Amino acid sequence: MDGAHDLGGMHGFGAVDRSQEAHFPQDWEERVFRLTLACGMLGKWNLDMSRSARERMEPAHYLASSYYEHWLHGLESLLVDKGLVTPGELSSGRAGEGRIFDPVPGDRVKEILERGGPTLMEAHAPRKYRAGDRVRIVNEHPRHHTRMPRYIRGRAGEVVSCHGAHVFPDEHATSGEKIPHYLYGVRFTGEELWGAGFAEEGAVVYVDVFEPYIAGIAD
Amino acid sequence: MREHDHEHGHPHHSVPAGDIERRVSSLEALLLEKGLVDAHAMDRLVDTYTNRVGPGNGARVVARAWTDPDYKARLMEDATGAIREMGYTGRQGEHMVVVENTEAVHNIVVCTLCSCYPWPVLGLPPAWYKSSEYRARAVSEPRAVLAEFGVDLDPGVEIRVWDSTAEIRYLVLPRRPGDTEHLSDGELAVLVHRDAMIGTALVEAP
Repeated sequence: MDGAHDLGGMHGFGAVDRSQEAHFPQDWEERVFRLTLACGMLGKWNLDMSRSARERMEPAHYLASSYYEHWLHGLESLLVDKGLVTPGELSSGRAGEGRIFDPVPGDRVKEILERGGPTLMEAHAPRKYRAGDRVRIVNEHPRHHTRMPRYIRGRAGEVVSCHGAHVFPDEHATSGEKIPHYLYGVRFTGEELWGAGFAEEGAVVYVDVFEPYIAGIAD
Repeated sequence: MREHDHEHGHPHHSVPAGDIERRVSSLEALLLEKGLVDAHAMDRLVDTYTNRVGPGNGARVVARAWTDPDYKARLMEDATGAIREMGYTGRQGEHMVVVENTEAVHNIVVCTLCSCYPWPVLGLPPAWYKSSEYRARAVSEPRAVLAEFGVDLDPGVEIRVWDSTAEIRYLVLPRRPGDTEHLSDGELAVLVHRDAMIGTALVEAP
């Protein structure tokens, strides 16, 4: 999805503001963090669905709102989409007639965080590319969630590594199915990405690219 | 609403803070009432990432890599396994890769699409790492961004920007400063600041 979240290479933002060191400068931000992680532990959605829900924010709103507001938007959307909360309950803040759930208790938190969400899978087919191959990224603009940033589409880079097959986020975010696809480390020169004269000297970008994002060997 | 903007024009809040506070309080009360979240579990989640897991973990990995060549070899070959040896595992660190700074190469990590960051070794990302400014610019003008952080590299040094677009999480192994041969692992770890492991700082001698 070509949303406002896909920021790589965008101009006009100005200097990086490093003045804020607190993780949660405002109390509500900490509460959004804890609610989001606690609801995530229910297992009703996966991380790619969470990302997708945040990315679907209206672009002007996304850019004008703070980080944990993105999370809040994502959480509210998922709770309603998955039927855990009704829109009426969300606006009133009061539970309706529906069922009462069983939350994930505190004594399971450590184990759940330690397990995390590994994405490495067994592959179904041999991989198509090798280190040293020069490959071209597809020029596609899917409307669903994808982890192929705009700035690499249609560009050529060199395969430098293969991380094995991982859960394909495009599918995982929509159907929830875990489909394995090879994941490659691909090196792009600044000139290739931004054009000669617009790239910094000696700066290269490494991007993790799923095999379906690759059109083929570059000419 | 523009009065909420910072002087330098970054609109961080499009709604008055009071509105969003009420919205979050209302959501929290609803989720507790419906049994979707547990207060004790939420306290544990926050405690984990504010008190237990932080960049001290990554600093211990770096210090050990500087002093133990066998460990460094394992770290470069299988970072996930070598970091697990130190007891650091789990969410947002399931698949780790370590990239090493040398005389000729400087590495810097970003997530242009969201805020992917290696939680088990660095904790939660700093605000600037999640900002539009950093996410937009780190890939297209890393040298300019590094200069803002006070890192001025020789023009001959290659800058490698790692965009965390999948579930691989990157940790930068900074260069060990000179005149530190006499220091223990513990003393070395104190020198390793979070930003040096993201790539936006160098490690300075004490």
